[in-house]
Amino acid sequence: MSEFFHMGGYAFYVWSAYAVTFAVLLVNVIVPLRAEQKLLREIARKAARAKRDML
Amino acid sequence: MWLWFHKLGSPKYFWTISGRLIPWLGGVTGVLMAVGLYLGLFVAPPDYQQGESYRIMFIHVPSAWNSMFIYLVMAVSAAIGLIWKMKVADSVAAASAPIGASFTLATLVTGSLWGKPMWGTWWVWDARLTSELILLFLYMGFMALQSTIEDRQKAARASAVLAIVGAVNVPIIYYSVIWWNTLHQPPTLSMAGTAAIVPSMLIPLLILAFAFKFFYVTVLLMRTRCEVLERERNSAWVQELAQEADTNLTPALSRSRAE
Repeated sequence: MSEFFHMGGYAFYVWSAYAVTFAVLLVNVIVPLRAEQKLLREIARKAARAKRDML
Repeated sequence: MWLWFHKLGSPKYFWTISGRLIPWLGGVTGVLMAVGLYLGLFVAPPDYQQGESYRIMFIHVPSAWNSMFIYLVMAVSAAIGLIWKMKVADSVAAASAPIGASFTLATLVTGSLWGKPMWGTWWVWDARLTSELILLFLYMGFMALQSTIEDRQKAARASAVLAIVGAVNVPIIYYSVIWWNTLHQPPTLSMAGTAAIVPSMLIPLLILAFAFKFFYVTVLLMRTRCEVLERERNSAWVQELAQEADTNLTPALSRSRAE
């Protein structure tokens, strides 16, 4: 197993490459998820405020 | 009449359908990713010249293919938006840009991490590397135009022109290793179909390439959904949706305090 992580002496390069790529993938998933939640909340707030102002 | 009906019904329809598709697409992406990584990291033998370092290729090449593929999708949909004034096409182009830019960045970084031990340098002004860097600048230019021009339609028009003109860079990236005989090696797979790679390495590469494509489609839908939501924010169904989401997301205590 430690041989696997060692990557024939290229551990730093190989695992950094995989880490960067998976960080990129992760960001691509998180950004739209958070944006959607934020937007829905904002729309709800605005609607609530508009309702209050009408009263 | 039909057009009016279509316009009225379509964003909500898109929202529902994409909501149902995303989990499936994500699932396929996950399975392909797991299988490809397993075969690439555990099953494929070390390379006789590069040792274990070549395993970077399993993510570098799919990222590079995505960086070019997404650019073409972006340029084509921006062109469709420009010519036929299709707003969905503009949305697809706008949503693709940050995804494509991130894959271009991943390509450059992973390439650099492979180049250091193999070529002895992080970076050279080789034709392939330079044209890929230009691709990143094209994506960034597109996003800058989108965010700096206030008027949505004007922004879409200006950035579409940039995307279309910049598309000439994609064949340049692809053929750069053939036209200019500099440092970067020739393509792993050529259009002619002859692969300079053994099946035990080729199969994980192809599986991961498919996984990255599925990933792109999944996150593209997720981003386009946000876009639709933003544009439809005043419609009844979005208002209802927001109300529901807000009740689910906000803890009861802070809600009652706010009221």
